[in-house]
Amino acid sequence: MKRDIEKDIRDVKNSAGFEPKMKRTAVLGRLMPYLMEHKLLFVLCILLTIGGNLLGLAGPYFSGFAIDAIELGEGKVDLSGVWKYALAMAAVYIASAVLSYLLSRLMIVISRRVVNTMRRDVFNKLTELPVGYFDTHQTGDILSRISYDIDTINTSLSHDLVQIFASSVTVVGSLFMMITISPLMVLIFAFTVPLSVFMTKKITGFTRPLFRKRSAKLGELNGFVEEMISGQKTLRAYGQEDNTISKLDAQNNETVEAYYRAEYYGSLTGPSVNLVNNLSLSLVSFFGAILFLHGSVSIGSISTFVLYSRQFSGPINEVANIIGELQSAFSAAERVFRLLDESPEPEDKENAVELNGAEGHVVLDKVRFGYTEDKEIIHGLSLDIPKGSLVAIVGPTGAGKTTIVNLLMRFYDVNSGEIRLDEHPIRELTRKSLRLNYSMVLQDTWLFNGTVYENIAYGSETAEKEDIERVCRTCGIHDYIMTLPEGYDTVLDEDGSNISKGQKQLMTIARAMLLSSSLLILDEATSNVDTRTEMQIQRAMRKLMSDKTCFVIAHRLSTIQNADMILVLRDGDVVERGTHDSLMDSDTFYRQLYEAQFA
Amino acid sequence: MKRLAAYLRPFIPRMSAGFMIKVLATLSELAIPWILSYIIDDLIPLSEIDPVIVWGVLMIVCSLLAWVGNIAANRMAAAVARDTTRQIRRDLFAKISYLSEQRVDELTIPSLISRMTSDTYVLHQTVGMIQRLGVRAPIMLVGGIIVTLTLDPALTLIMVITLPIVFGITFFVSRKGARLFTKSQQAADSMLRVVRENAVGVRVIKALSKSGYERERFRGVNDTLSERERAAENTMALTNPSMSLLLNLGIAAVIVAGAYRVNGGVSEVGKIIAFMNLFTIVLNALRAINRMFTMLSKAAASSARVLEVLDTPSELYETEPRYSFIPENAPHIAFRDVTFRYKHGSFAVKNLNFELKRGETLGIIGATGSGKSTVIRALLRYYDVSEGKIEIDGVDIRDYATSDLRAKFGVVFQNDTLFKDTIAENIRLGRPLSDERLLEAARQAQAAEFIESLGGLDAEVAIKGANLSGGQKQRLLISRALAGEPEILILDDSSSALDYKTDSLLREEIRKNCADSTKIIVAQRISSIMHAEKIIVMDNGSVIGMGTHDELINGCQIYREISESQMGSGKVARR
Repeated sequence: MKRDIEKDIRDVKNSAGFEPKMKRTAVLGRLMPYLMEHKLLFVLCILLTIGGNLLGLAGPYFSGFAIDAIELGEGKVDLSGVWKYALAMAAVYIASAVLSYLLSRLMIVISRRVVNTMRRDVFNKLTELPVGYFDTHQTGDILSRISYDIDTINTSLSHDLVQIFASSVTVVGSLFMMITISPLMVLIFAFTVPLSVFMTKKITGFTRPLFRKRSAKLGELNGFVEEMISGQKTLRAYGQEDNTISKLDAQNNETVEAYYRAEYYGSLTGPSVNLVNNLSLSLVSFFGAILFLHGSVSIGSISTFVLYSRQFSGPINEVANIIGELQSAFSAAERVFRLLDESPEPEDKENAVELNGAEGHVVLDKVRFGYTEDKEIIHGLSLDIPKGSLVAIVGPTGAGKTTIVNLLMRFYDVNSGEIRLDEHPIRELTRKSLRLNYSMVLQDTWLFNGTVYENIAYGSETAEKEDIERVCRTCGIHDYIMTLPEGYDTVLDEDGSNISKGQKQLMTIARAMLLSSSLLILDEATSNVDTRTEMQIQRAMRKLMSDKTCFVIAHRLSTIQNADMILVLRDGDVVERGTHDSLMDSDTFYRQLYEAQFA
Repeated sequence: MKRLAAYLRPFIPRMSAGFMIKVLATLSELAIPWILSYIIDDLIPLSEIDPVIVWGVLMIVCSLLAWVGNIAANRMAAAVARDTTRQIRRDLFAKISYLSEQRVDELTIPSLISRMTSDTYVLHQTVGMIQRLGVRAPIMLVGGIIVTLTLDPALTLIMVITLPIVFGITFFVSRKGARLFTKSQQAADSMLRVVRENAVGVRVIKALSKSGYERERFRGVNDTLSERERAAENTMALTNPSMSLLLNLGIAAVIVAGAYRVNGGVSEVGKIIAFMNLFTIVLNALRAINRMFTMLSKAAASSARVLEVLDTPSELYETEPRYSFIPENAPHIAFRDVTFRYKHGSFAVKNLNFELKRGETLGIIGATGSGKSTVIRALLRYYDVSEGKIEIDGVDIRDYATSDLRAKFGVVFQNDTLFKDTIAENIRLGRPLSDERLLEAARQAQAAEFIESLGGLDAEVAIKGANLSGGQKQRLLISRALAGEPEILILDDSSSALDYKTDSLLREEIRKNCADSTKIIVAQRISSIMHAEKIIVMDNGSVIGMGTHDELINGCQIYREISESQMGSGKVARR
């Protein structure tokens, strides 16, 4: 159910059409390898399908004989013949049920393996993608690709492909059987089959936009509800409850109306296809009567023919439906492959240097950078930061402070210019070794669903329990952790909602402290912490920072007065640089910022 | 489920009409195999073509009746589903809008959202489907059995014997399957959690080069998920083959039994043929009923979730005022021995006492989690105090009509919300305010300049204000609070993203323009509150200092420490 909704939402996004369409053959070509991994099982599936369907066809065949045996009439029924055919029918149906059960099990095995592989491929891809991908894509969208899209593909791959095989076997088989009974009566289907195909096509052609609209409206409603419920606190403060309810009414009306139209017109198909089937049944009985009068068919044949005609027309309509489903599978596959096609972080250079235990001398040389080509954010920044210095980056919100961190860690590559660490251009280093030279504490705390211990030890596989308790004491969070129900083994909620923001931040600081790296990045690391806790952290930090090259981004200018170099950023330019004292000497932007604190 | 059925009550006439039509249509459909057997059995052996034509035409008429009737009934069913869902969704949303904050906390916002979206969607689907299948399938089933009874009661026995077995299997399999599907749903949730964590924490993971570790972690949850999905599907895979097998064996048994009866002269071949057709119809009806049960069990879960919200009492919302007079000379705002306790017993605020005169400013400062925001929520009556009382103009806030109470405030919360709408609507927020008033508020909030650069009041704000910077968002939110010229202005840590200069300009404007408003400002920065007439320093739910800036500097050690750390008399960075 949930899947339907997600699919609807996704369809809305798809219909926005910001990506060019992938060719259907290309999508199929990419899907095949996943199946081909299990080609033996797949061939077995097809064989089972054919076998099962042939047995299914044999049922009516025997029942026809049985009927003919009964038809002899009162007192003359060939009872042993009936028994023979009835037992044959039973045997055939049992075999067919066993085959179809085996087939289901086999299909489940294949589909689970395919899905497992696909999900793993997608996830592994995610681990290779650059940070930029996550900055520009919604998490919800990524999640829906790895879950709903893959599920959709799976449903069609396993179920529909086999279904098409099965149906075609059944269709061909029943057609053949019908022809052997009476080629003349088969002519009826030359009329009714195209009619039902035509009707189905007509109706789906007509309803497709209605379904699209239904999805779009549903997506809008979901967006509206999410926004309003999340913002409820505010709406209440301003007494907007009733206002919001009437806004919902409008949105709700459109949604249910669109659903109604799609549902109503969509439900035309079933009765219509039934009508055609019933019509062909009437025609069969009518022509059957005529043929019987001419003595060219028996009553048993007519009844068998009727059974076959049901088997014949069923799959044709089903295939019509499946083709619709395949459409959605193709669009799902396209979304998955698009993700798999994203370019990963470029490989490290072939002879990239593994730089362990860097000294911490950082040079930025005429660095230019912009997240998009048309908007440069850093315009030719040059800096020489000797090892062990404390660099503070200050400036109003949105001035580009975090961008510098992104470049130092090589989350993004510079457009031109160069960044060097210990004289090595960082492009020449392996990313892994470059990044391991830094400890980093970011504004957005990141904790995962695991124990406190696992979260703190995350960066350092070799850390012992004593080490962890030591850093926690240094950060002043040890006592707090001990008050948790399970101490260090307490499992943190998904969003860490069982602990406060400040505690979370302290844990991430403890995590960074555990690493013995020579460079440190603190990006507004203490912004969620009140000043007293901040002071406590600062004391801990001072130990952490000694001998390290530190980059500190901060709003509170008092915290960075001792920096060796203060960079003042404004709209992506370093407008001023110097020490606190030198900057305070003249009428600088920094001084304005600083004095504004005490106004 | 029953409770929600009440929503269907107004539609009973329409549903019964639809029901009747559906019954007629279904009966017409059932007549078709019966006519067929009559033609094959009684008419064809007569070797006359005319009666065959007459009955054949009747078959066609029945087909057309079934067609028209089913479509009409479907249409009515869809309309009923539409109207029911509209009402349920509306009531649910209205309920959520008036739920007390404590209930919202208990139910959690993501869960309320999914109840409002996925669950009502499931109900919509179900109401429609039950009307379509719920009539058709049982009629097909019962009708099929009745028709067979009229054809040959003895043969019908065979079918009647098979059915309980089929039901039994369906019941057990789907019950076990439902349990297994719940388990695999949980596994799917953990799988998605790992993916989400990786998307959100990509910087940390890359910085620590933990990609390999994360892959292993994913492999674990992925394998578990696949395993559980397989188990669930394997179980469900039993139903269809066994159902078909039983009914097909039934057909074989009918043939044998029929043969004896025909031989004994008590039955005819045509009846056996009709029987076989009816068996197929019954089989399909059973499949549909099976599907309906799966659907209903999912719907039962959804409806329980929806009902849970609908049944939650609306508290803390008074529609009528209950005070008889407003005392004179009362302070504007007074907290009298206010204690707020969380459900699990820990204190958020203990014994808070203060009074504010009209136009005064109160600053609140303190550590995260010290209870600052609780004070504000209690004042707005999002929660009721556990002990003591809060008065505005000398009247207990519980005696105000809630809408009157809240109309006194202009509030900006910590992490407040912007809506996907125009800038004007975001500031106005449904209140009757002129554009001039909005612009004036924006000017005071230091937002006029960037609003201008975005294209004025009509510029669009993206969802959650994604097209604005942190500072811009806060200024827009402050404009919203100022626009209503509130009696009481509350700013809860709402200028943290502003640089100090903008912050001080903002404070200047508020001082000039809101002289008559009582102001409550919660902040981390001393500079935001140091000029307040009264400052409260909170620690762990208790007030550890109250007074003016100068008094506190001398009398409250924590306040002095905070102040020194921010104002720079102590050097706090390293060395």
